[in-house]
Formats: sequence, C-alpha cells, structure tokens
Amino acid sequence: MKKYWRRFKNSFFWFSFRRDPVAIASFSILVILAILSFSAPWIAPHDVYESSSIDIMNSELPPAWMEEGSSDYMLGTDIQGRDMLSAMLYGMRLSILIGLGAVCLQAVLGVLIGLIAGYVGGKVDSFLMRVADVQLSFSTLMVAIIISAIFQLAFGLAKYEDLAVPLLIVIIGLAEWPQYGRTVRASVLGEKKKEYVEAARVIGLPRWWIMFRHILPNTLSPVLVISTVQVANAIMSEAALSFLGLGMPVTKPSLGSLINSGFEYIFSGSWWITLFPGVLLVTLVVVINLLGDWVRDVLNPKLYKR
Amino acid sequence: MFAFVIRRIIQSLFVILVIGFIGFAIKHQIGDPVRDLVGISVSKAERDALREELGLNDPFMSQYVRFMKNAVRGDLGMSFFYKKPTLKVIVKKAPATLELVFVSSLIIIFLSIPAGVYAAIRPRSWLTRFIMGASIVGVSIPVFLTAILLIYVFSVELGWLPSYGRGATVSLWGWETGLLTIDGWKHLILPSIALSSIMLPLFIRLIRSEMMEVLQSEYVKYAWAKGLAPRRVYFVHAFKNTLLPVITVGGVQLGILIAYTILTETVFQWQGMGFMFLEAVERSDTTLLVAYMMVVGVVFVAVNTMVDIIYGLVNPTVRIAGRK
Amino acid sequence: MDHLLEIQNLEVKFRLRSGEVTAINDVSFFLDQGERVGLVGESGAGKSVTGFAIIKLISKPGFISGGKVLFEGRDIAGLSIEEVRNIRGNRISMIFQDPMMTLNPVLSIGTQMTETILAHKNVSKAEAQAIALDKLKKVHIPSPEKRLDQYPHEFSGGMRQRIVIAIALLTDPAVIIADEPTTALDVTIQAEIMDLLSELCESEKMALILITHDLGVVSQVTDRIIVMYAGRIVEQGLTRDVVSNPRHPYTKGLIAALPESQQRGKALSQIPGTMPSLTDMPQGCSFHPRCELVMPICKEKVPELIELDNKNALVACHALAKGGAS
Repeated sequence: MKKYWRRFKNSFFWFSFRRDPVAIASFSILVILAILSFSAPWIAPHDVYESSSIDIMNSELPPAWMEEGSSDYMLGTDIQGRDMLSAMLYGMRLSILIGLGAVCLQAVLGVLIGLIAGYVGGKVDSFLMRVADVQLSFSTLMVAIIISAIFQLAFGLAKYEDLAVPLLIVIIGLAEWPQYGRTVRASVLGEKKKEYVEAARVIGLPRWWIMFRHILPNTLSPVLVISTVQVANAIMSEAALSFLGLGMPVTKPSLGSLINSGFEYIFSGSWWITLFPGVLLVTLVVVINLLGDWVRDVLNPKLYKR
Repeated sequence: MFAFVIRRIIQSLFVILVIGFIGFAIKHQIGDPVRDLVGISVSKAERDALREELGLNDPFMSQYVRFMKNAVRGDLGMSFFYKKPTLKVIVKKAPATLELVFVSSLIIIFLSIPAGVYAAIRPRSWLTRFIMGASIVGVSIPVFLTAILLIYVFSVELGWLPSYGRGATVSLWGWETGLLTIDGWKHLILPSIALSSIMLPLFIRLIRSEMMEVLQSEYVKYAWAKGLAPRRVYFVHAFKNTLLPVITVGGVQLGILIAYTILTETVFQWQGMGFMFLEAVERSDTTLLVAYMMVVGVVFVAVNTMVDIIYGLVNPTVRIAGRK
Repeated sequence: MDHLLEIQNLEVKFRLRSGEVTAINDVSFFLDQGERVGLVGESGAGKSVTGFAIIKLISKPGFISGGKVLFEGRDIAGLSIEEVRNIRGNRISMIFQDPMMTLNPVLSIGTQMTETILAHKNVSKAEAQAIALDKLKKVHIPSPEKRLDQYPHEFSGGMRQRIVIAIALLTDPAVIIADEPTTALDVTIQAEIMDLLSELCESEKMALILITHDLGVVSQVTDRIIVMYAGRIVEQGLTRDVVSNPRHPYTKGLIAALPESQQRGKALSQIPGTMPSLTDMPQGCSFHPRCELVMPICKEKVPELIELDNKNALVACHALAKGGAS
C-alpha cells in the first residue's frame, strides 16, 4: 500500500496536479460537494422525503436574509414548503448517483462494444460503429428524451416515477455509450497492430484472453479521459430530463426537477426556488468539466510522452 | 464521386428504414390505435371487430411493411389528441421550430467565428482567457437554466421582452412566420439566445483549435514569408482551411440543435415541434410521438448526408479515396 | 565595403519551460550582390533558423536575442513590422523545403501568385497576372495560362517547387533564401530544380543563400560555403577551397562522408556520434566529443573564428589555431 502511495506521489499526474491551481480548486470543490451531498441525511436541517415534516404553510418562504425569511429555512422554501437547502442536498445526491451510475453503465457497454468492434473487425465492426454514428448524429440528448418518453408511456407515469433512478441510469447509459465505444475501438485498432498482440496470438492465447488481459488495459487512459467529462454530461442529461418531467418526480427531486418546480413561480418573484439549485448544478458541472479538461491535458498521449 | 453519393444515400435510406422499424415497434407495443380512433367508450366486441378490420391482428412484419408504405406516402397515422393526420400537425408546428433553429444558427455562426478566430490569433490576451473561461462555464449551464435566467432578467425584472409564445405571425404561402413582424422578433430574441447558448461555446472551441492547428502549418509560415498583410494571412490563408473541418462538425451540431429545441420550447411555451412532442408524451399520444420521431429522424439523416456530400465535394482527397 | 546583407553576431534563443536555450550563437557572415552562398550542416545545426532570422520570421518560442541583420545597410531588428513585411517576399524571397506543404491547398496558383505581387507592388490585377505568367514561363511550366486557375493538388512535387520558385521571382528580389529546396523531391528531379535555380540567379542577378545538408549540391552551385555545427559557424571559405582542402575536423568528416570521395570496396566513412541537442551542449567546443584531434583546451574554451591564409577562409578550431594548417 505504502509503495503504491509513493509511486503515486512521484507520478507525473500528481506533479502536474500540484502545479495547477484550477485543478486543485475544482477538485476541492467537487470533494466538498460530494461529501455534503452524501451526508445529506445527517446534515440536512430537514428531511425532505418525510411528508409529515413539510408544512404547506411554509411554502415559498424567501431566504433567511430577506425580510419575510425564516431562520429555520436558510435558503427559503419551495412551493410545497420544503426547505430548499435540504432539498438541494438530497437532490444533488440523486444527481451525482444517477450521473455515476449512468457513466458506469455506458462505460461497460461502450468498452465491451468498442473492444468487440475493434478486435473482431469486419461486418460486426462496421455495423456497431454505424449504430454509434447514427446515435451520435441524433445527439445523445435526443436519444435520451425519446427513450425516456417511450419508457414513460410503456410503464405508465406512476411506475416510471417509482423506478426513476434505475430507469434514468439505463436511459442515459443507453444514450451515451457511443462516446466510449468509438474511443475504445480507435485505441484497440491502434493496439492490435502492435507486436505484443501478435506475439500473444502466435503462442495461441484465446481471443477473449488477449482482448481483456492485453488490449483492454492499454485502452484505459482514453476511457479515463472521457469518463470525467461524461459524468458532467450525464448529470446535465438527467437535469434536462427531469426538467422536462421525464426524470425524477417532484416528490423525490433531483436538481433538475427542483429547477422545474421552481420555474413556474419565477413570475411571481420566487427566484430562489430556481436559482439556488441552478447555481449548485452549474457549479457541480463546471468543476467536473474543468477537472475533465485537466485530465485530458495530462493524460493526452500526444502531449505527454514518457 | 457519383458512387460515393449513391452509397451515402443508400446508407441513409437504410437508417431511415431502421428508424421506421423502431417507431413501428413502439407503436405496436404501447400504442392503441383503436382507442385513438374511437375512444374508450365503445364495447369490447366492436373494438375487436375494428381491430380485425384495421389489420391489427396481422403478423408483425406485414404490419410493419404496411406502416412503412403508408409512411412513404406521407401517412403517419392519426393523432389521438388533435384528431388530425399527425404529419399535418407536425407540418403546422414546424415553421416555429425551424425559425428558432435558423435564428440561433445565425447567432452561433456570427459570434463563434470572430471569437474563435480571435482566440486562436491572440492565445495569450486577456480577452482570449475570458472567452475560453466563459466557454467552459457556458457548456456547463443547461439550456433551460439559461432560458429561465433570461426570462427572469429581461421579462420579469426589466420587462423588456415577452416571456412566452411567438407573438404576431404572418402567413406567407401557408408558412406562419414570425420573422416579418416586430412583435415576432421580440418574441424570438430570448428563445434563440437561450438555444444558441449551448452550441456557442462548442463552436468557439472548435474554431479556435482548428485555426490554431492551421496557423502552425507550413503554408501559413510561407504566407508570412511572402510578406502578406496579417489580415490576408489570417482570413484568407488560415481561415479558409479552418472552415472545412468546421463545416463537417458544425453541420451535424446545428442539426443537433433540434434536440435542444425541446427544452427551449418548453420554457418559452414556443408552439413548435418540441413543445408538441412533450405534450404528446403527457397525453400519451403515441402516434404523434412516433410521427415526430420519424420526422426528426429523417431531418437528422438528411442533414448528415448533405454535410457528408458537401464535404466530399469540397475536399479533393475524399473524392478520390471515398470516406468511411 | 558595404555588403548587400551582413549578419553580425546573430544570437537566437528558444524559451522553453525549463529555461532558455541558445539555438544560434555568435553567427556572422555576409552576402554580396549576386553572390551565392551555401549554409551547410546537419539538421538541427541552426541553418534554417538563421535563414528565418534574416527575415525576422522565427516561430515561437524562438526569438532573436542579439546581433544585427543588416540588409542594404539597415538593421532589420530595428525596423517596424510594416517595413519588415516590405522586405519579406519582396526584396528577400524564401523557398521552403517541402513544396507539398508550402502551397495553400485551398487557393489557386494564380491567387497565391498575384497576392504576392499585389502585396508589394502598386499594379492592377491584370498586370499582376501578366507578371505571374511571365515568371511561370521562366521556370519552364508548360502552358502557364491554364495553370493559374489550378490548385496545388493538381501538380506534382517537382512542378510545385517550380511554382514556388516562380513565386520567389515575382518581385525581382535581391536575395533568395532557399531552405533545402530539393530535399523533399525525387532524386531525378533534384538536379533539374537545382540547375533551374542557379541558372535563374545568374540571369536575374539575384544573390542566393542555399541552406542544405548536402555538400554535393552546395559545391556545384555556390561561390562560398559556411559550415555550421550546433548553432555556430565552424568554417567559412570559398567553395573550391573548402571542398578541396577542408580545415575543420567536422568539415573534413563531412567531405569524407560524401559518396564521391569514397574508395571502392571500403566501408562508408562517417563521423562517429551525433550532434548534441540544444538542451545539453558540452562545455567548450561543441564538436569535441566527436573530434579526433580533441585537446584539453577544447573541453573548456569555445574556439573563435580565425583567419587562415586569406581573409576569406575562417575556421574555429583550437587545433588549427595552435599548430597552423594541418
């Protein structure tokens, strides 16, 4: 363990991280946000899932520092009288969970399909990549919207809302796998030509073994590069779906559905229901994107030669 | 070149066939055409008779073939809610969406080109740092949030611009346009800014990185060595070469704007295809949903094919080798 | 006394992350009207950088950190960017190495020719086209009228280099700097292009700086030779003297390695080792790790260029300074 830590400390990765204030700041903010969101059940001042603790009389209270605000509700309340701060913490937890889950699913799908396409080649390859092309040209958002619309019609609204978390993970995973598929395929094609793969084939190792033990580890660096940005994309997609009413229900709000529920009341001047979750969402996505940019710069094999 | 075009078109037709298959499968699984026609008040025996008459008990594949045949003739079924042919409903809503996409594209093109080119020419200036910083924040703000903020600032607080709808429109050979009235333009400003906000940062970054690559090339160095003025080197020698990759990626990206119209139109209650689509989902109007999917699918495929063919026409190397 | 072009103690540095490195160190030479000079050395010796420094066109992170470039009596370093632009492509033209890369792929040959004329001369577009046609004829391009509307990809490498030469001629420059003009071409075409270039220099009375690693080419075309090694001039002299009687051990090695001077049946002779990179220059004479005549002083002190038997022959070598001609 100690050995690995020392190796990490001496690595280029750590070295350039320490020298980049933007990366350090982004990482710190991300860690703080993640800790806050996952400790929501303990630190949130109110339990937003417990309907008995919500009083409609408290609805649309402005933040504490404003005239009508109450010190009980630091960032005000939403239309149902829920504490905004608590709702945002719980909502961010859902957003991050769905984002991570969706990225895991799309990574598994994409890596598998990319490996198969790149290694097997021929008709299989051109078919799979054609599918990926078409899906990408339709834009992942469009695909996600259509899949979720179909799911909602197929399951019915009530059931869809019950299963919203796993369904959203599946929807975003299905919509975004081509990003991974294409990247992995490209690096498999690059690796396939190298001698060690030839050597492994000559000594008669089975195909799947070569694919997983020899080629896969070498494709992981681009996978890591896109993963960071993909988490941000998945969180954005979830927010967009929830905003359209195709994602998390208002009873179990994510940041997107919070924004959605606040939108109607912006005309009556209740800006805080929309603005606070909006700012939180943007902050979350910005720091992940900044980190993603940094990871890409560091790991980009074109820029960094050992 | 001819073979290339033909191959691209055949591929596109195949993709449309697949989209049709998916659309039909959705309709077959979750749609209920009998309900769409007569509602739920009719007795079971009558409905069964109707099912038989409509051919809904035929094998799946023969129904699919019938569906595609009708689709080619422009018949995508009846909308349950509007009680009208779905294609008619969509065509009526299309101008609103297309005008929104058109104006947004103009905004994107006219802002991203100068910004991207400037950022490439002066990589170290403070304005470039600002542009690049703003662009990463820009891609991180969801369209609907931009839209809501615009409404809050310009409609609710300042009261300068309307917050929803298309305003006054004029009929021009059956095309309901908002581009010919001042009121229409007023209504168009906020939605089109919101819609362009998502693609603008992407375009700036794309143009900048392509331009920077071109500026490193030998022929640009040669242009300097010939003693040409900076304006000519940047805008004729460098920019012309930047355009080619930007057109390919950019064309596809502008097509993708259609996806984001769903979000923008929802916020602004813009009576376009995206708004209609979401209403169709809420009303369980499966036929209309599938019809929307088919129409948008055809649009996407058409845009992609056009971009590919244009790229092939412009770029001599593709013409010879063909593209994969 | 006044030379057309005189370079005095030129120094070029590159700003890298790890600090600055010196690419060109204390380079001085001159060029007279109509004279042809060869700048010879291995790749990385600083020949091209010297060439680009003359027209103040060094790509970042490089910059001229010292010395003077006097062209027609004026120091280019002190000129405004507009004045430099007036010299570039007008009084001093450049020919680049790879004709496949130098012409802009999306502009027609005609555009790329006329724009150069219009940038420097106050003529109409039609007149510019007439000049372009005339120069295309001079470089023996068949049916030049048709060529103006064609694009670079419609030409072969040799044809493109002819066009680049024609572009260099457009403004009747005083100097042409040709940076490895034949390296990227087929061997069969190399001689043709080289002949054309030297023939044109003669008929148009232009001076030529020929940058190349090919001593064979230089010896056929130029009047004088300047040999560079690791950013410094190590030997300078009349071409026939240097080729027949090289002084510096490096030049000797180069000449011995020429195919023409090989003896049948023997292994090709070559200089052992490689040129040091800019980031780790050895102390003293940068050639000493590869030199046969290495002495203790070579590891400490950089040798100065000294005159040998006449003022045209300069050598930078401790061994020669001490013991005279060897």
